[in-house]
Amino acid sequence: MKDVNLKEVLLQPIFKGNPISVLVLGICSSLAVTVQLKGALVMALSVIIVTGLSSFVVSLIRNSIPNRIRIIVQLVVVALMVILVDQILKAYAYSISKTLSVYIGLIITNCIVMGRIEAYALGNKPIPSLLDGLANGAGYGLILVVLAFFREILGSGTLLGFRIIPQSFYDAGYMNNGLMILPPMALILLGCIIWIQRSIQKDLQEK
Amino acid sequence: MNTNGNTYTIIYSTVLVVLVAAILSIAAISLKPMQDNNVKVETISKILTAANLYDAEKAASEGNAYAISEYEKNIVSALIVNSDGEVVDSMKTKGEEIEFKVDLKSQYDLMKQMDMENPQKELLAKLRLPVYVFNVDGRKIRVVPCYGAGLWGPIWGYLAFDEDMNTVEGAVFDHKSETPGLGAEISQPKFYSQFHGKQIYDGSEMVSISVVKGGARDDDANGVDAISGGTITSRALEKTIRTWLSLYKPYFAKTAVSAAQSAGEPVQFMSVEQSETEEE
Repeated sequence: MKDVNLKEVLLQPIFKGNPISVLVLGICSSLAVTVQLKGALVMALSVIIVTGLSSFVVSLIRNSIPNRIRIIVQLVVVALMVILVDQILKAYAYSISKTLSVYIGLIITNCIVMGRIEAYALGNKPIPSLLDGLANGAGYGLILVVLAFFREILGSGTLLGFRIIPQSFYDAGYMNNGLMILPPMALILLGCIIWIQRSIQKDLQEK
Repeated sequence: MNTNGNTYTIIYSTVLVVLVAAILSIAAISLKPMQDNNVKVETISKILTAANLYDAEKAASEGNAYAISEYEKNIVSALIVNSDGEVVDSMKTKGEEIEFKVDLKSQYDLMKQMDMENPQKELLAKLRLPVYVFNVDGRKIRVVPCYGAGLWGPIWGYLAFDEDMNTVEGAVFDHKSETPGLGAEISQPKFYSQFHGKQIYDGSEMVSISVVKGGARDDDANGVDAISGGTITSRALEKTIRTWLSLYKPYFAKTAVSAAQSAGEPVQFMSVEQSETEEE
């Protein structure tokens, strides 16, 4: 098999080929879990682990998978990882697992996970696949964290639960932007991120 | 080796599924004690919140131990009463042994079978209603639960009462899957803090707490504001609270009488029934 440039595998999905802002995958959960930075960080970490490990495992068994039940096998592996993450969160980070509840389960349907397995892990060795999965999860997580940062600071005036905007601002008439807490604003923010990225990366612009 | 043959495919999928099932079972069994403990601490923290004994910031920094130690420190007793208001059992309240014997859902299932206007005796007799008694600044605060159906899934909560068993000390509600931003707001302090100081009796009649659409009047001692856009959840909550309080009524009455007697004060809302018997 041809040599793969591991550095390229690792860096490509973070910015140039970001799964959310370039491939526009995984939008649903990125709108839902970015009200607060804490939730976004845990979700990002969970997706990184799930994409990384499931890509790794599928790549390990890629030559033995019967082609006809390929997708089912991938789903079983992904579901295994997601349930493990969910169980561990329930045991060690109960309050977060309560707020993320359904979205952790929905990592199974996150297009990024299955997409990377189909597109990469099935045709590459385990180590590059692991890195590819981790990097795509990280690319997803990066957008999540950026979104959550703006939404929490403008919507609630806090970061990770700590008050950032001082009380004197509120006394002087400043108000939290209630729209920031709602999903539509996340979509608008996400649009802004894609806009910024496309104006930096000219090759992404359609003629 | 032919990886596309039928035999291979069947064996492969069988082995894979059994392997995955084994891994998941091991994970589930080994993590179960911690998960159960988290659920217990969650219940404790809700009960403490209703009794205004819970400091969320401290809980965040001190973890599970905070809720358990606060519970241990403030609780007098955790009782189980029947629908006649008699104490039939009690629950352990110390550290590791803290227990919640009553499954609220199964009580709710019993209530669903009941005709609330005229409850069947055999169903009433099966009811087990928990009461958590706390000592707050020398006063006995009693916390009772409620559990019912919201719009999408179960909703539940706890109400804390002052010694007169009429004035609400505090309340807290939670839900499984109400609509975020609408019905889900019942779990927010902004909503449940309204219950503080409200009364469940209007004169001698138990009227429970109404959740008023469009906002309760400022002088309404028995009503709180509903959540705009969350009408069905608000109504469901109102019904849930009314149902549970009506079943606690005998216990409340007995407790209020004995509390008033020991304080040497006249009994307010129980006086009707008593004066009737005196006239006879």
